[in-house]
Amino acid sequence: MDTMTTPVTEDVIVDLRDICFGFGNGDRLVLANVSLSVPRGSFLALVGPSGVGKSSLLRVIAGLVPLSHGQVKLYSGQDAGRRPAALVFQDPRLLPWRRVLRNVEFGLEGLSLTKAERLRRAEAALAIVGLAEYGDKWPYQLSGGQRQRVGIARALAVEPDLLLVDEPFGALDMITRQTLQDELLRIWRTTGASVIFVTHDLDEAVYLADRVILLGGRPARIMREIIVEVPRPRRRDATALVAHVDVLHSALGETFIDGGGI
Amino acid sequence: MRATGPSSPGLWSATGLIIFLGVWEIAVQTGLLPRTMVPPPSAVPSAFLSELKNGIWARSVLASLSHYAIGLAIGSILGVAAGITVAMSPRIDAAQSGIARVLRPIPPLAWIPFTLIWFGASEAAAAFIIAIGVFWVNYFAAIGAVRAIDPGLHELALAFGQRSLGARLTKIILPAASPGILSGLRVGLGQGWMAVVAAELFGIPGVGQRMNEAAGLLATDVLVLYMLTIALLYALSDAIFQGISRRLLAWTP
Repeated sequence: MDTMTTPVTEDVIVDLRDICFGFGNGDRLVLANVSLSVPRGSFLALVGPSGVGKSSLLRVIAGLVPLSHGQVKLYSGQDAGRRPAALVFQDPRLLPWRRVLRNVEFGLEGLSLTKAERLRRAEAALAIVGLAEYGDKWPYQLSGGQRQRVGIARALAVEPDLLLVDEPFGALDMITRQTLQDELLRIWRTTGASVIFVTHDLDEAVYLADRVILLGGRPARIMREIIVEVPRPRRRDATALVAHVDVLHSALGETFIDGGGI
Repeated sequence: MRATGPSSPGLWSATGLIIFLGVWEIAVQTGLLPRTMVPPPSAVPSAFLSELKNGIWARSVLASLSHYAIGLAIGSILGVAAGITVAMSPRIDAAQSGIARVLRPIPPLAWIPFTLIWFGASEAAAAFIIAIGVFWVNYFAAIGAVRAIDPGLHELALAFGQRSLGARLTKIILPAASPGILSGLRVGLGQGWMAVVAAELFGIPGVGQRMNEAAGLLATDVLVLYMLTIALLYALSDAIFQGISRRLLAWTP
């Protein structure tokens, strides 16, 4: 595993040094020399054209794929009852043969917890996403937005220091998407976890994040980084946000030219 | 045609059956069908009573059921286990493909001569024949079911620390493949009944052997009785299996 978990020593949650990642025998490089340091407790958005390697970078941080080169350092306490990082997938990715509560328990089963403790944590996580009453339902009985909430609850249940979120609201209608965005912000504030959020929606990135990183090119590297200093709660149509989106938009156009387009 | 209510299909099905039996009975009674070749349906209940009274019906059915159960259990368990193993390991998969290509097309009944040499006309022989047919059905069903599992579920297990083989098997592979495995088991359930009768025709005690005896005596009413018995046993086992299967798959919409 390339992701190293190191005891908390600084104000950084994750440190990427010179990450290179490719599929196959590294003949198709997806990410080249990506270095990034994410402050503890911050909300980072990764944007870029689809297929650029945003999800790959998230999987690199989660330790799910082997690196060709570089180092990922995750600064997290050693606690047998928690996981340093947890992933929320693009599709809800629930286990259809488990009821909702048992789905939330899934991540807890790999930790050293008693059955009662597992149940308590799963119920608490389900309550955070507003689905306390739905524990007994099968996943197919839920709406798309509710399923995505269960996916978030499953990640929250392991009480991660770092929440890795992979374009989770892309398939939802606008109203559900905005509701879940605000819920994610509330969860982020109340849990104190750091968030890395992948999206191709620039408005979403700028509305949610403290910092937006634009990936582009082939292989992908960091093309642009903007700090969003607009205080929360933010208005979606705030001028400052719109200005940031414009900056990202034109930078995104350059990445196409630079990267040879899609 | 417009369905008039939920009971309609059952009603039509019963009507069809009654007409079928009626035409058959009339054909035999009027001499259109020779009595020595085809018994009238009305002769079957008395044949049943006499077979019941002399205890042969119960003995034959129990013998067949025991061959069936043993063969089915062995074939199903081995088939599912081998199929899952193959689907999980590319090396074993490559190693098995040649063997499977040679052995799979051999019909289970073609094993009967060898079986008689190895086991004689015994319980073990019947169970072996049944197990072979059932094995292949379950083997390929399990391979297909495991291969069709969404790779995202394996990633989910990895992402939440379920890396061990045991955890992946019990938490992802078996439940995810269960619909496919269960449908394989169901096909095997039917195939098992075909094999049991065929095997017993070669002298292994059971329903098939009793039919062979009846055929020798031209006791066609007894023949029909046992044919219906097999149909009933198959329908019963299938209904029980479907009931269990529905409970296990309550999570599917």
